[in-house]
Formats: sequence, structure tokens, C-alpha cells
Amino acid sequence: MMTEILEPTSRTQSADQAVLEVKGLDVDIRTPKGIVRVVSQVGFSARRGKTLALLGESGCGKSMTAKAIAGLLDPVASVAGGVARLDSKDLLSMTAKQRRKAAGEGLGIVFQDALAALNPVYTIGTQLGEAFRIHRGASRKQAKVEAIELMRRVGIPEPETRVNSYPHQFSGGMRQRILIAMAVALSPNLLIADEPTTALDVTVQAQIMQLLRNLREQEDMAVVLITHDLAVVAEEADDVCVMYAGNVAEQGSVDTVFTRPTHPYTKGLLSSVPTDSQRGAGLNSIPGSPPELSKIPSGCVYQDRCPLVAAVCREQRPALRETGPGQSAACHFAEQVATSQTTEERLAVGDDEK
Amino acid sequence: MLTYLRKRIIASALPLVVVIVGVFALARMTGNPAALYLPLNATDTMRAEFAARNGLDQPIWVQMAQYFGGIFRFDFGTSMRTGQDAAQMALRAFPATLQLAATTMIIAIILALIVGSAAAMKPNGILDRCSSFISMTAASIPDFWLAIVGIWVFAITLGVVPTSGVVGAAAWFLPVATLVMRPFGTLVQVIRGAMVSALSEPYIKLARSKGATEYRVIAQHALRNAAAPGLTVAGDLTVGLVNGAVVVETIFGWPGIGKLMIDSILQRDFAVLQACVLLTAVAIFVLNILIDLGYALLDPRVRPSAGARQRRKARAAQGPTHGSENRTLAPVGPALSTSESSRGNH
Repeated sequence: MMTEILEPTSRTQSADQAVLEVKGLDVDIRTPKGIVRVVSQVGFSARRGKTLALLGESGCGKSMTAKAIAGLLDPVASVAGGVARLDSKDLLSMTAKQRRKAAGEGLGIVFQDALAALNPVYTIGTQLGEAFRIHRGASRKQAKVEAIELMRRVGIPEPETRVNSYPHQFSGGMRQRILIAMAVALSPNLLIADEPTTALDVTVQAQIMQLLRNLREQEDMAVVLITHDLAVVAEEADDVCVMYAGNVAEQGSVDTVFTRPTHPYTKGLLSSVPTDSQRGAGLNSIPGSPPELSKIPSGCVYQDRCPLVAAVCREQRPALRETGPGQSAACHFAEQVATSQTTEERLAVGDDEK
Repeated sequence: MLTYLRKRIIASALPLVVVIVGVFALARMTGNPAALYLPLNATDTMRAEFAARNGLDQPIWVQMAQYFGGIFRFDFGTSMRTGQDAAQMALRAFPATLQLAATTMIIAIILALIVGSAAAMKPNGILDRCSSFISMTAASIPDFWLAIVGIWVFAITLGVVPTSGVVGAAAWFLPVATLVMRPFGTLVQVIRGAMVSALSEPYIKLARSKGATEYRVIAQHALRNAAAPGLTVAGDLTVGLVNGAVVVETIFGWPGIGKLMIDSILQRDFAVLQACVLLTAVAIFVLNILIDLGYALLDPRVRPSAGARQRRKARAAQGPTHGSENRTLAPVGPALSTSESSRGNH
């Protein structure tokens, strides 16, 4: 029975096939001051067996994007447009019933704060087995067997006894493992991990990332990894989608984007990582802070912090366009960014001015 | 469990003594029973004889010492009014009160769970506003007014229920309907608030991400978490009812402990009054223990012994943390794609 559940289902498609394809996603939030667009025209695709990183500062809309895809938006937020096709079925236009079917079977989610995400009053076994009770009609006993198996897969010691423990009786790393086990319980094709390691110690972080990597390889899942950590993206992700103020700034494979950024924001982020050669020098940072989402300027969203800002940036919002092989950026001066070596110096000047 | 019980009994002994002393003294301030039990033209010798027969000629602290001495022999005195054993009278009246309280609370809790949860599904929605209005009204209507209006409408005008007494199911309608209002109204608001906050917790999102139906999300994931504050308030409200719904029992002639208490105050029947107070105090003590057990049942985090045991076990299981974390990564190798091979490994 276990075999039947965990057997990869019709995974004959090519490795590069997109499991999740998001196009033109808009998300609005109702506030007392009116409607604010927090995610605007976001699009990306996640490939089977690969990791796509949604990279950005807090408040850039990356979590909101993930919640919209998973259908877990808070009541004040709503999807205003776009499609999110999971295995060619649009998640955003599904009925509530179809969505419940997809939840868990089609896509799993790993939340950031494992202690808050686990229900404090039920045992781990109950919560791990729940997916099997909901989707497979498993009995309590069967669900517990599955739960123990899942705990073993994600490396929780003594699963037979620990299955009856409650969330508060586990360490932070173990709780995160449990959340991951829950997300992969039904072998979904897509796993969304929303800052899965932010709340953890550095050593535990590495173990959790390794666990995610191993599961992705075993299950041949597409993983959408939401993070603000450039190092994590560099190590774990195949593709990256850099978000800024609810918009996609740049996307492409991690190799191209990180070696040859074509958006000033990406470049600014990368140059803010301290390197050995700069030892002793001051740390670089991007001057200013992201705009308030209710006061996004009419032109380019990045204009107020951009060292290359020109008149056209203030009038016209740049569309996402191809800037290299498999790479695209939303910048009027993408080519200049790619070639110029002076961005960092200009950034430094900008720092002094401030 | 036994340690817990022992601690609770010791902790509640002092408040109990204070209550008895207070009632003992206050009751005697209501006046001399001789004025009620003897004819108006009774002579001084008759009064002295009455006082001596009932032990009222002693100084109050001697009376009190005698009373406490009696408690240890399970002798709670005799009723001046009926000559019966005071404790027997209180115990005979108590079931009527308990039945009324239990019926009322069960109805109030069930209704409040339904209405409160429904209201919490859409905060500030039309349902929420309606339930807020209804519960606020229900919680603030004075019970004596409601009882009298109820008698006027249902017993006198419609004639469908008796005005008082305990005979037949219809006799229960008015007392229960009157008593249920305050607990219902209060509990709706507590449960609604607890549900709103529970429903905004991340674990609700996790449940939804597993494909749980809305019913499952509300009834299993949110309600169990929202139940603890509800239990606290329900406990307090039950204490109020067990104390004897004095007004309602008096109006409807319900032969419960509340009515007995009022009667014995009016009759200066000290022994019965003290027995009633003592009995309700014990009942409240038991009720509080039940509430504590209810907490432990609802929320594993407040189970003291089990938690400690599990933690000890967990510590033993994890051993040197680093080693176990590394070791446990082993089974997740790329070689394992089905559970069969994983089973083989273990």
C-alpha cells in the first residue's frame, strides 16, 4: 500500500517540463485606505526536479505570491488576475473542491515557523496522517503507519514512540522536518518552501536544506524556494526569480543571473555580499529602502534607489524582456548594467551622498 | 494526580474556613431567631429557654467552635424550622439545582459553540453582527425580568407551561430558558473571539494546505484550540448556577439549594444556611478540579506529568543532538525512492 502511494506517478515527461507555470499574477490587498496591489504581473515557471528561488527583501511580495498559488491568502487579499497552471490545470480558477483535491496531492507547502504551523493540541502522528485520512480515506491505524514511515523518511529518530508526541516536545529542527514530511506526504509534483530555514540555527539550516534537496531528487519534485538569502539561492537553486516591490525584477538560471546580472537591483544585492577581496573595506548596501506598496511610483518601481535612473525610468515602467539566453530583466538599461563595471562604484557614491 | 489533589485540598481549606466563619457571623447579624419562632408575647424565660435549647446563649466564638467540632463528626446541626438534620436538607435540595444547572449549561454550550463558530467564520459579516447583537442582549437581560415576562407570556397568556414546580417536562421550559440566556450570551462572545484568533493561526493554513474541508478546519483544528478560554468562562458560569440560581429558583418554586438558602435566611435557620454554603463550596471545589482536568484533556501543553515524562524521553532519545541529526539524514539517500527499500534499510 505504501508502495502504491509513493511510486512515482507517470513521470515520463522530460526533465525540463514546467510543473508550475505562473503568468501575469496580480494580488490585491484591501486596506482602510483603499486597494493596494502587492503582487503585479508576476510570472515564472518551476521545472520538474529543479529548484526555483523566489528571491527578495521582506515585503517584496514573494510570500504573497506563494500564498496566492497555494490558495492560502488571508481574507483581506485576493487574486486580481493571472494564471498559475499546475500540471496544466489552473489553480487560480479552480472551485473550492478541486482546490482541496490539489492541496496536498498536487502541491505541498512548507511553512516558515514550524512551531506556529503545527497544531499544538494534536499529536504529530495525527497531523502527519491527516493527509492520508483526507485524500486516501485511510483509517486511523493506517494513517499512523504512514506517519511513522514519513517520520523515518525525514530522519526523525525513534518514530514509533515519537509519533505520539506533541509539537512542543520537539526541537526546532525536528519540527521543521515534520513540516517537510507533511508537505511531501502524498508525493506532490510541486513543493513550495516559504523561508523554511529562517527560524533555525545555521547548522540545522544546512541539514534542512540537505533534506529538501534529497527529497526533491527522490521525488523528482519541482521546488519553489522562497528566501531572502543569496547564499541559499546560490547553493540550492537552479533558477531564480528576483522580486522587488511586488514585481519581477529579473529572472533566469542562477548561474547566469548571479554571474551576469542585468538588473541594477540584482547587481546591488550581489554587491552587498561581503567578499574576501574587500576585507577591511566598509560593507556595500543599496541606499534607501523599498517603496511603500501603496505609494509605488508610476515609472520603474526601482527608480528611487537606482544608480542608473534616467528620465525614461520615471515615466515608463520597463517590461520584462530577454537580456540573455534564458534570462530576462525589467530594466530600460539592462545591457548597460550587464556590461558596466562601474555600478558598484556608483553605488558607493550613492552611499556617500546619503 | 494524587499529589495534585492533595495540593488542591490543602489550598482550598483556608478559603473554606473563611467562608464558614463569614457566613456564621453574618447570619447571626440578621437578628434573633427567637423573634420569629416564639409568639410575640413570649416571656423572657421562654426566650432564654429557646436560646439555651439552640445553643444561642453561648458567646459567638463558643458557638463557632462547637460548629467546627461538629463538622469533623459530620454533624452539621439541625434545622430550627423543621427539626431535621441540616445536612440532609441541603443534600436533598441539591440534585434539583444540579439538574437545572447541567441542563442549562449543556444547552448554552452547544448553542454557543454553533453560533460562536459561525460568527467567527466571517468577522464583521452579517452573521457576526447578528450574533453579536443577540448574545449581547441575552447576556444583559436581568433574569428576574425575563422570568416574570416568561410566566406572563407562556404560563398565563398561552397557558402552555405551569407557572412553577418541577412536574413534567413543560415545567423545565421557563426556568431553563431564563437561566440559559446569560451563559449563552457570554459564551458566544468568548467562543467567537477565541475562534477568530484560532482561525488566523498558521496551523489553520497548514490544515488547508493538506486539503482539509472547511468543516474539518473549523471543528477539529480551530475549535479544539478555542475551547480552553470557553472552558474557563463556562466553569465560572456553572459555579454561578451551582451556587443556586436564587432568583430563578425562588420565582419558579424550584426546590433547589438556592431556594433553600433564601428560605433559611428568611427564617434565620442558621444550621441549614451553613450546610447549604458548605455544600456549594465543596461542589465548586470539585467543579474547579473538573475544569482543570478539562484543560489537560484539551491542551497537551498543560499536562504536567505527561509533558515532563515526554520531555525526559525526548532528551534521552535525542542524545547528543549533533550526532543524531547527522545519523538521521542517512535514510534519505537518493537510493531510496520507495518505502519498500526504506523498510529494508531498517
